[in-house]
Amino acid sequence: MRSLQDLLAEHPFFAGLDESTVSMLVGCSVNVHYRAGEYLFHEGEPADRLFVVRRGRVALDVHAPGQPEMVVDTVDEGGVVGWSWLVPPYRWFFDARAVQEVSAVAVDATCLRAKCDEDPALGYALMQRVAGVMYHRLQSARVRLLDLYGAGRAG
Amino acid sequence: MLPRPFRVVATRRETHDTMTLELESLDGEGLSFAPGQFTMLQAFGVGEVPISISGDPAGPGRLVHTIRDVGGVTRALCRAREGDVLGVRGPYGRGWGVSDGAGGDVLVIAGGIGLAPLRAAVLEVAASRDRFGRVHVLHGARTEADVLFGDELVGWAAGSDIEVAIIVDRAATSWTGRVGLVTELLGGASFDAERTLALVCGPEVMMRFVAAGLVARGVPPDRVRLSLERNMRCGVGLCGHCQLREYLLCVDGPVLSLDAVRQQLGVREL
Repeated sequence: MRSLQDLLAEHPFFAGLDESTVSMLVGCSVNVHYRAGEYLFHEGEPADRLFVVRRGRVALDVHAPGQPEMVVDTVDEGGVVGWSWLVPPYRWFFDARAVQEVSAVAVDATCLRAKCDEDPALGYALMQRVAGVMYHRLQSARVRLLDLYGAGRAG
Repeated sequence: MLPRPFRVVATRRETHDTMTLELESLDGEGLSFAPGQFTMLQAFGVGEVPISISGDPAGPGRLVHTIRDVGGVTRALCRAREGDVLGVRGPYGRGWGVSDGAGGDVLVIAGGIGLAPLRAAVLEVAASRDRFGRVHVLHGARTEADVLFGDELVGWAAGSDIEVAIIVDRAATSWTGRVGLVTELLGGASFDAERTLALVCGPEVMMRFVAAGLVARGVPPDRVRLSLERNMRCGVGLCGHCQLREYLLCVDGPVLSLDAVRQQLGVREL
């Protein structure tokens, strides 16, 4: 069985962090597993964890009355789920559902925010990484908003 | 310039707005083409549009077109039934140049109906698979219902040693695949960038983003090929409607390398 230290150290999200920094995060972390169809969290619940996906696929779902639920994004191994833990009121905006069996490391948000407050260098390193995730997700969302496949080319 | 009459011998619904037509010439002569070329396909009494050839280049006896209903002419073409006669001019244009990828890896990146012009290229690669290294087909679609050639994609992955990845803009919760932008599939593709030939077709905004992602991964711009589209009328370089600054896409394209058109793609008026 591999240690949380090893699992976090080899995850792409934490690439470049030194061993002692990763050790700090281990204290906030726990291994979690979800069967296909299980939810990591629901919209409106407290955003109390960052999920570091090691294996499997997580879907971010949105539901609206009278309409079928839609998947607006997926996160695969190597990705992270959740940044609402970073911004008040710390509430999830989507449902997160395991599409397949998911193995992840859940990092407690209160613990993580406290460590960032104590160690600004750690805070900055984490914010850089989260900003990178947000940057790519926002670009993806903006381009998909254009509905490029919706019109135009005939064949 | 006169259209040759072709009879519709088979039709197949691909998605809610896309049909594949299989055509045979009335005079019995086939139509040889290079993957990436197009014909001017005419619904008599309605009009004529440029449509890429989506069939197998090794089977010139049957002309195959995959058409999306986006207007009056394409609607008429999509409604064509077995026995109907359509007009065909061509094939025209410069194709993908698939053989230039021999000895290296090949990336086929398609957005939406863009997979239709690329299907012929994939079939050419599959027919001589051992000439190429790793081959990836990356397909983005609006929803799972809009994924093109779904069964064939599965077949390529299973039988032709081709890595296939699909991603959709949004999906129902029954979808177990990826949701996001087609550029996100690049991260999961393993290829030797400097020896890769990348063939890209889809909405131009998508192609710009994909091209940027490929160049960032180290694929040389002259090894990134895009199938461009402008308003084509004559198909033979006379009317000028398809002009992209110094290029006439019906003759110089529709397939052009990124290094040839990078500047032009950035000019709003073009």
